[in-house]
Amino acid sequence: MGKKKKESVIESSIKRKYKLQAKDVKVWYGDFMAIKGISMDIKPNKVTAFIGPSGCGKSTFLRLFNRMNDYVDGFKMDGTINIDDKDINDKDINVELLRKQVGMVFQKPNPFPKSIFENVAYGLKIQGLKDKTFLEERVESSLKQVALWEEVKDDLNKNALALSGGQQQRLCIARTLAVEPSIILMDEPTSALDPISTAKIEELIYQLKDKYTIVIVTHNMQQASRISDNTAFFYLGDLIEYDKTNKIFTNPEKKQTENYITGRFG
Amino acid sequence: MRKIKELVIERGLLFSALITIAVTVGIILVLSIEAFSFFSEVSIIDFLTDPEWTPLFTNKHFGILSLLSGTLLTSFIAIAFAVPVGLSISIYLSEYAPKSFRRTIKPLLELLAAVPTVVYGFFALMVVTPFLQTFIPGLSSFNSLSAGLVMGIMIIPYISSLSEDALHAVPNSLREAAYGMGSTRLQNSFKVMVPAASSGIIVSIILAISRAIGETMIVAIAAGQQPRLTFDPTVPVETITAYIVQVSLGDVQHDSLEYKTIFAAGITLFVFTFLLNTISYRIRKKFQEKYE
Repeated sequence: MGKKKKESVIESSIKRKYKLQAKDVKVWYGDFMAIKGISMDIKPNKVTAFIGPSGCGKSTFLRLFNRMNDYVDGFKMDGTINIDDKDINDKDINVELLRKQVGMVFQKPNPFPKSIFENVAYGLKIQGLKDKTFLEERVESSLKQVALWEEVKDDLNKNALALSGGQQQRLCIARTLAVEPSIILMDEPTSALDPISTAKIEELIYQLKDKYTIVIVTHNMQQASRISDNTAFFYLGDLIEYDKTNKIFTNPEKKQTENYITGRFG
Repeated sequence: MRKIKELVIERGLLFSALITIAVTVGIILVLSIEAFSFFSEVSIIDFLTDPEWTPLFTNKHFGILSLLSGTLLTSFIAIAFAVPVGLSISIYLSEYAPKSFRRTIKPLLELLAAVPTVVYGFFALMVVTPFLQTFIPGLSSFNSLSAGLVMGIMIIPYISSLSEDALHAVPNSLREAAYGMGSTRLQNSFKVMVPAASSGIIVSIILAISRAIGETMIVAIAAGQQPRLTFDPTVPVETITAYIVQVSLGDVQHDSLEYKTIFAAGITLFVFTFLLNTISYRIRKKFQEKYE
């Protein structure tokens, strides 16, 4: 029995060599073409960093994976995005369920104006889970994963807005982890934080990749080189280069990539 | 020369500000003095406990409760109608409707508040009451139900517009957080947006209550002029404001006790609206602190 289970795990990981796949994706906002045909595969349990100058389309591209662009006026998309080999823009896809599987952490910490407990329990509660002990356990384990438990365990009923910026961002990550997604998208999660809080979040991201597939947009190139396994360089709506982080930062293939990472533009 | 010009402008502005303050103080003073002289003749306990209000009859009774019940009843009906409708409109406009639709419909809704109240009053009397009578047989021609409902229509924009402003002012990052967690539009609206905008929404409701309590024309026309301590919405009642109109327009002699009743009624009304405005001011101040 045990052996069989192990085999099936190996089998499925071979089958799913890629967690996320984009095939010839184009995006328009009205008449403006924000993404000009990008194909890429993202591996499971790795940290993949998107870098590039402002307006290069990396955030737009990231938001395709949980369909957060759906509410943007004038948004139009072409091509396919697959998660675990399933087209997430299919008509029978439930967007709410998709977003439970694909969590997101935003640029500015955005906790709800509710208590710390309510923030972390929110995702479970909207799924209709009410069991108090279960909620308490899940809140505790989520807060422990982001190393916030020790700091807040005595005042879980305090308003989340009273926490510091770094704590708020870790709370937002805990809130995302509580619903047990398999993918976490991070849109410049440390750009509004001080260096110490940033270091804590980076360490956290590094630990989280054992259990989650993480895609992170960052403007900070040191950050990309510190925490990511693979790096994609975007420029003007195109994917210029995508490779192992080490390779991108030491020996990039393209001149544009080299110019960007050495700070010659962007 | 320029200095003098500046000085004149500054003094002019100060003078305008002082006029409004002077008017307010003047109104409060007149109300208080006249009410004081009223209460030197009528005991304040009778005023607050007597169930009848018949100052114009030979057998005089001065119980404000029967006027107050008319005011509270019509206001309650108006609020009970306007809050669910106004709130639904505001949530729809802020969280569901396309931006272009919102831009067109919001000013149109605000027009509801610009219709002269005398038009509403006759609408209640000539249209709504006969309509309601077709399925509420015992409904009198003058009643608080139809006056309250029409007053509710009038105050819908107070609630929908101000609540929509409050919902719209909630940072978009919270909307993203809610959707990012897998909320439906309904969950986003009621579990995140409405709680986050709650103080603004409460302020809008309090202002609407304040408006309903002070409303005169609709209730004077459609609710009748019979002071009655009742909470039955189908019978004629009289509100404080309608009574003041009735006496002011009648041939009651100035400086008589009957005439002074309108100041006693007026100060009761003033206390209510003043309290409501103070509460809403407090809430608004607290709300501002939260987002700074």
